[in-house]
Amino acid sequence: MAKPVPRESLVPGVDAGLARRLLGEMLLIRRFEEKAAEAYTLGKIGGFLHLYIGEEAVAVGATSVLRPDDFAISAYREHGHCLAKGADPRRMMAELYGRRDGLSKGKGGSMHLFDRSVNFLGGHAIVGSHLPVAAGVGFAIKYQGGDQVVVCYFGDGAVPQGEFHESMNLVALWKLPVVYLCENNRYAMGTSTERALAQTEIWKFGQTYGIPSERVDGMDVLAVREAVGRAVARARAASTPALIEADTYRFRGHSMRDPAGAVYRTREEVEREKQRDPIVLFRARVLAAGLLAEDDVRAIEKDVSDRIDEAVAFADASPEPPAEWLFTDIYTDISTEA
Amino acid sequence: MAVLTYREALNLALREEMRRDPRVFVIGEEVGLYEGAYKVTQGLLKEFGAQRVVDTPIAESGFTGVGIGAAMVGLRPVVEMMTFNFALVAVDQIVNTAAKIHYMSGGQYRVPLVIRGPGGPAAQLGAQHSQSMESYFYHVPGLKVVRPTTPMDAKGLLKAAIRDDNPVIFIESETLYNVKGEVPEDPEFLIPLGRAIVRREGTDVTLVAYMGMMYRAMEVAEELAPEGISIELVDPRTLRPMDAETIIGSVRKTHRAVVVEAGAGFAGMGSEIASFITERAFDDLDAPVERVTGANAPMPYARNLERLKTPSKEKIAAAVRRVCGTNGG
Ligand SMILES: Cc1ncc(C[n+]2csc(CCOP(=O)(O)OP(=O)(O)O)c2C)c(N)n1
Ligand SMILES: [Mg+2]
Repeated sequence: MAKPVPRESLVPGVDAGLARRLLGEMLLIRRFEEKAAEAYTLGKIGGFLHLYIGEEAVAVGATSVLRPDDFAISAYREHGHCLAKGADPRRMMAELYGRRDGLSKGKGGSMHLFDRSVNFLGGHAIVGSHLPVAAGVGFAIKYQGGDQVVVCYFGDGAVPQGEFHESMNLVALWKLPVVYLCENNRYAMGTSTERALAQTEIWKFGQTYGIPSERVDGMDVLAVREAVGRAVARARAASTPALIEADTYRFRGHSMRDPAGAVYRTREEVEREKQRDPIVLFRARVLAAGLLAEDDVRAIEKDVSDRIDEAVAFADASPEPPAEWLFTDIYTDISTEA
Repeated sequence: MAVLTYREALNLALREEMRRDPRVFVIGEEVGLYEGAYKVTQGLLKEFGAQRVVDTPIAESGFTGVGIGAAMVGLRPVVEMMTFNFALVAVDQIVNTAAKIHYMSGGQYRVPLVIRGPGGPAAQLGAQHSQSMESYFYHVPGLKVVRPTTPMDAKGLLKAAIRDDNPVIFIESETLYNVKGEVPEDPEFLIPLGRAIVRREGTDVTLVAYMGMMYRAMEVAEELAPEGISIELVDPRTLRPMDAETIIGSVRKTHRAVVVEAGAGFAGMGSEIASFITERAFDDLDAPVERVTGANAPMPYARNLERLKTPSKEKIAAAVRRVCGTNGG
């Protein structure tokens, strides 16, 4: 008989409540994305749709150490970050559907989710562009004497962009409470990091700028939680920026227009990476540790799929935005064509 | 009223707004210790300290993004572009982020941001440092674009821009910084964005111009008066939103219009103004609308060629005579 593994070492510092929350949130993102993919196939969602499937541990682990008044900002593969920050999946799905009850009244879409009520600052689809914006949020926090932090998610594809380097320099120079969290899923569309970066160990760029930097297993929600927790604590206490490189992988293609993601990577690679599925791994760990029972997990799964079904029903029922809204929200004070 | 230079008027506007509202801060290259490449921010570091007068490295995209992020969460940044030519390095931040956040967020986030600095023709600075930059920005829904001609406008419009909740592109002029004029001392003196001004009343032709071209147009108006041509001068002041009403109102009175602009004419501001006059006041027109624009060429260095690039008084006067039918024809 195998020696029983000491439970503590499987999930250090995690109680049943936290285990339920982390697993539940990762599952919520996974189901949300699966339903979004379905809706896209049915023509209910248009444009570009970038799924977060496979990367859930990054958003959930990172957000688990944030306070509600902390900020998060992301690129266009941001459904997971927005959900984790606490946005209502119904209003998110309605946004993807382009409906009036969407977070942005249907005017933003999948790539431009914003939710001010949970301090989620978007949803930015020009690669690299939101990194300086995150620095500005950090600047404002410091200017106002607050102790919030901002977590800025971005892909490996933003690293060769100038704004990554400008931002690293500025937050280091001015000591701003920004945690830059690079989701290195090894590809920017079809370009692997080897084909894009002279230095593929992204965390090392932080060292150049004197920013505390580290690499973390992005498939391990607890490891992400710890690394981001350390960075957030430093940022809160001493306004110290951080660069964290999360080693992760997207299981689907770049977007729904690249469904298989098969031209630029091998099937074997994808299958191998799927063995690192963050949800499967974490579920196994909490079950083995006896933190949750099979029944608990089933109950979480049921609850998650009910919430997502509700989100889809809500989006389906929401009307299209009225024609007048074409001209509202362009300016704060002019609501006609100007 | 005090008599101030255009530069002093801008400086006063910044000071007054920074005194009034602790959320207002200035950020850009050389704005602090160096006191501004054109000295517009002179003395601000001393009065407000380094937290509110922020010197940046040369990273236009980076510090413009910083301004946007700070504005989204409650501050009111004034970003200085050393000259607007360098704003092209930040054009993605301005066009894709600043101008779009309010719309893309369905009105949840605001970007109360001013981006200011000199632009337009300068003195022998060549193709990269001497350009009319407004056309790159007024095309964009979500941006307001201001071009203040006089010291009074510089003060009143900059203060209004700082109090505006939208991103405002505020383009000054190197060649106007030393121009003197009367400026109200009242710290509540504001000029609302989106309102044109009739600088001179006249009956025969409406001449629309701003910045250096307005000063040139004023001279033309004086010079043609003895010939019996009465010119009405209209300065839009804000290019977006454009006060078309005031321009149309003037044209309905004079029945003729000439639009002057320093920038290259192709798809320029003159095209836009001429087209809305034609669309909305065609029946009032006694002559086709004329445009007098900068040549469709980069700005050359050589003094003689440089003179040919921007509209001369002679060209403006000739256009006025043509629409008034007094050029011997
Ligand atoms: C400035 C810019 N250039 C190109 C694109 C087109 N584009 C969209 S996503 C993408 C790849 C980005 O990859 P990465 O940052 O690694 O994020 P991931 O998709 O892997 O999450 C590209 C090139 C863009 N949106 N913005
Ligand atoms: Mg990537």
